Amino acid sequence: MVKVKINNTSIEVPKDFTVLDAARHAGYDVPTLCFMKDINEVGACRVCLVEIEGYDKLQASCVTNVREGMSVKTNTKRVRERVRTNVELLLENHNRECTTCVRSRNCELLNLAENLGVTELEFQGQQRPRYFDDYSPSIVRDSSKCILCGKCVSTCKDVQGIGILGFQNRGHMTNVGPAFQAKMNETDCIYCGQCVNVCPVGALSEKRDIHRVWEAIEDPSIQVVVQAAPAVRAALGEEFGNPIGTRTTGKMAAAMRRLGFDTIFDTNFAADLTIMEEGYELLDRIQNNGVLPMITSCSPGWIRYCEFNHHDFLPNLSSCKSPHQMLGALTKSYYAQARDIDPDKIYVVSVMPCISKKNEAARPEMEQDGHRDVDAVITTRELAKMIKQAGIDFNNLPDEGFDDFMGDYTGAGVIFGATGGVMEAALRTVADVLTGQDLQAIDYQAVRGTDAFKEATVKIGDLEVSVAVVNGTKAAGQLLEQIRNKEKTYHFIEVMGCPGGCVNGGGQPKVTQHIRDHINLAEKRAQALYAEDLALPVRKSHENQEVKHLYDTFLGKPNSHKAHHLLHTYYTKRVK
Amino acid sequence: MGISKERIEDVLAKYDYRADALVPILMDTQSLCVDHFLTEATQKYIAKKLDLTYVDVYEVSSFFAALHKTPKGKYHIQVCDSSVCRINKKDIIQTFLEQHLQIEPGQMTPDGLFSLEKTTCFGACDISPAVRINKKVHGHLTIQKMKKLLGELKEASHV
Amino acid sequence: MSKTRSLISEFFDKYQIDHFDDYIRLGGFKGLKKALEAGPDYVIEALKKSELRGRGGAAYPAYKKWSSSKERQAPTKYVLVNGDEGEPGTFKDRDLLDKDPYKVLEGLIIAGYTIGAQEGYIYIREEYELIRQKLTEAIAHAKHHNYLGQNILGTDFSFQVKVYTGAGAYVCGENTALIESMHGNVGRPRVKRPRVSEKGLFHQPTMVNNVETFACAATILAHGADTYANAGLNGFKGTKMISLCGNISKPGVYEVPFGITLREIIEDIGGGTRDLSLGKFVQSGGASCALIPYTHFDTPYTYEDFDKEGFSIGSGAIVVANGNIRVVDYLSSVTSFFEHESCGKCTPCREGTKRMHEIIEDLCRDQASQKQIDRLNQIAYTMIDSSLCGLGQTAPAATLSALKHFEDEIMESVVL
Repeated sequence: MVKVKINNTSIEVPKDFTVLDAARHAGYDVPTLCFMKDINEVGACRVCLVEIEGYDKLQASCVTNVREGMSVKTNTKRVRERVRTNVELLLENHNRECTTCVRSRNCELLNLAENLGVTELEFQGQQRPRYFDDYSPSIVRDSSKCILCGKCVSTCKDVQGIGILGFQNRGHMTNVGPAFQAKMNETDCIYCGQCVNVCPVGALSEKRDIHRVWEAIEDPSIQVVVQAAPAVRAALGEEFGNPIGTRTTGKMAAAMRRLGFDTIFDTNFAADLTIMEEGYELLDRIQNNGVLPMITSCSPGWIRYCEFNHHDFLPNLSSCKSPHQMLGALTKSYYAQARDIDPDKIYVVSVMPCISKKNEAARPEMEQDGHRDVDAVITTRELAKMIKQAGIDFNNLPDEGFDDFMGDYTGAGVIFGATGGVMEAALRTVADVLTGQDLQAIDYQAVRGTDAFKEATVKIGDLEVSVAVVNGTKAAGQLLEQIRNKEKTYHFIEVMGCPGGCVNGGGQPKVTQHIRDHINLAEKRAQALYAEDLALPVRKSHENQEVKHLYDTFLGKPNSHKAHHLLHTYYTKRVK
Repeated sequence: MGISKERIEDVLAKYDYRADALVPILMDTQSLCVDHFLTEATQKYIAKKLDLTYVDVYEVSSFFAALHKTPKGKYHIQVCDSSVCRINKKDIIQTFLEQHLQIEPGQMTPDGLFSLEKTTCFGACDISPAVRINKKVHGHLTIQKMKKLLGELKEASHV
Repeated sequence: MSKTRSLISEFFDKYQIDHFDDYIRLGGFKGLKKALEAGPDYVIEALKKSELRGRGGAAYPAYKKWSSSKERQAPTKYVLVNGDEGEPGTFKDRDLLDKDPYKVLEGLIIAGYTIGAQEGYIYIREEYELIRQKLTEAIAHAKHHNYLGQNILGTDFSFQVKVYTGAGAYVCGENTALIESMHGNVGRPRVKRPRVSEKGLFHQPTMVNNVETFACAATILAHGADTYANAGLNGFKGTKMISLCGNISKPGVYEVPFGITLREIIEDIGGGTRDLSLGKFVQSGGASCALIPYTHFDTPYTYEDFDKEGFSIGSGAIVVANGNIRVVDYLSSVTSFFEHESCGKCTPCREGTKRMHEIIEDLCRDQASQKQIDRLNQIAYTMIDSSLCGLGQTAPAATLSALKHFEDEIMESVVL
């Protein structure tokens, strides 16, 4: 521990603290724009400046370590003037059409300018050239809003291990973007949206699809069916001022009803269904010398990553579509037939924590018999926007449920949103099927938690099932390399493209970097899902009555011909 | 592609395919290209061979002034635009070049023979005004000298 | 009586590199031999006595840097010669490398021996391509004669030297940026945590010095600290390589004693101005340094006297301006230079260099306002106070000095 003085307050802090840590510890929230713990500690934005006795220039507190006896001032006239000038300089080279910007509510640059009292910008020099890219179904890049903090570059490269974005050119012409100014859909970007999650401003955002959903809802002749992924309910509340980890399942259903959706199904139903299809697929491969390890396929970011970088593992992927795609396919067949609705008049909307799902829904093969499985994907953030647009008082909504037919789900389905959740759900079913018993010990703690890599061996009857769970494409790539080198073997692997799993997907509510650096966001949100799992009466996918009905009356059995037609897919080798 | 794969491989081998030698690899490869320019295809090829991402290479090629952003003429003329050469009337030489070659800085003559560029100081201040032509420094310039140089280069290119 | 000296530059134009024995006959490599005989502590003492300061512009006492590098316990250490010489008006390292490469090598080898390094790297800007090739040959010759490589001159000290190229970026003169480019990355400076001396080239402790610093070290060891120190005037110690250019009759690289005045440099060494005027001002130290108005030409060329006035020895560049030059026009070349060379990483420099140039351009067109002058100052002080590296911190120096010394003239371009 060392003793330092922050604005004449003496405090004691750990030796490895930065001046920024110490200042915040003392209760002074020194602003930052580019700082991201361990990933982007570059001292580039120069707004976290402080005066330190003995240093003749101002120091960037985020990259300066404390020293015994240091005396720091965070709020002198000099500090305020320099920081304000730097913010003014950023604004001069910035697209200031804030009224129409997606981040107008929570833009970190705008908030900082407000706090600093930037009341006028007299000068407007030349701005850097603008690159605007909304060509992909998932992600929108607007370089005129970029503040060149580099968080997206570091996240894509060092967190995800992919590296699409970089700093090009030099000086005033510096610009963040893909190589050769390619459009995002011309690169091997997997649309995981981790870059969107860390962007402090509106330079990176998801492609907006709200207007399409409103149009469909407005059309009386169209039956609009909505479903929401498990991870959505674990985070939607944050958009309405609730603490991180607040579960809002009931209010989410209630809100969707009041938005005008005709039918409220739940992706969790399809999660249970996926376990049936995938569980039997796994058993078949294990018992009949199929390709192993089998790897989950519900994360479209992971799928794209595999399609671009690991062609040799494509045969390992489960052929199952992701849950929401399955639900969409069934809505336009099973549901349409049962309710005698023309599938052309059904519009399926998926609410997802993910922006890669927007691209997934647009994949050519995600249709059957001329009907797209899913017509529109909106993110958790977009759903919140719709709720606000409609003026719905979210926090005072009653708790409501989902509609029958494909709205029921088990605890196994709801934990899909957490890393390790799919694996645990699969194990609960596979264990019962293999042993022929109704096992009670179904909390597979070994696969829980937000570590990038977990592995376990589970004894099921006579079989030693070896499994692995990874999240984040960097860890996934590393594990595949180990398997390729025969260092490791498994039966079954769950891969989530996003670090921490879907609860930390690219479409989830924005959380400032300060909070992200100090709490385990994914763990907190996942706790809501595990709590719901515990509270549910049925916790195994194969005990979902609606799923049983689906097989009995429509699909026959798992992996049947009809199931394959509607619920399974294929993959494409992609080249960078 | 502007350069054959074999020649790129030679350069890569010279540096043992080391990714940390990216800067000299790009410089050497560019010098082997007739138009002094690394195409997108060439850069992507180098990236693949060094196990780097495309943007790793593009960041470097777009950052350094000596790695050109557009194809250059067979004789690439760089006119120093820094303080000392400005004091020593480099404008006279630059204006002459622009008029004689009928191009602006940043452009190339239609026959691909000459291209013009303004650069920052390259340390020839004691013989300014100075230009570099394909990296060779020519100082103590007068219009006559410049005219003669251009003539000689044009002659040489016909051989 | 010549006002120049001939210690650092003693062997200029006196030998061909493939005549290695000539070089030894001239007295070359005496410094290395002395160092190997007397030991690392002797080297540090000699540097301390001579008060040698780093010649790249930062002017940090050399003995302190060499001493702390020597004290660091580490199995692998590197010595790095910064030959990026990008300051406009500077070409003295060019001559050092071209006209006496063996002395630079000698200094590098002495440094390696003193701090306990096994490898030395010489980073030379790409614009000096022919010199790089020459240096590579010189290294081969030195190795052939056992002044490099294994067991140098029969001792158990072994040292290898490699030459590296730049690619056209002034910012790579900054140590961390230079090292980044040697790692295959863009040349953007990084925060000094850890410092280069702790984790630098290839993540090992690295000692970086300017070309001239190494040449000086070799000179000091060869002639003795006292002889070198006494070459200065009026109690100031030692000599400096300067590159004199601009509006001057005899531009070139000269070795001058500290203590000489600017006027003597211009008149006696440089042969006076070419346009026969007084020379309105001199920019000493490079584009990143203050303008010295003609009223201050009697200032002695020393770190102490210059620091007092806010002037810089810097890189040793001495650019003499024309008598009739408009100060704002000159500033335009300076601000244009920094706009072009800013790496773009940190906000104040990336945006500030651009904005400063835009305002100067308005001044050149006589279209500037008083508010713009205020903003010019605001941006300048913000850059000095908060830029990430030396480029942004020193880029405004010339403009601020001009506003101080030539305020009336500049105000003529302000039309409100």
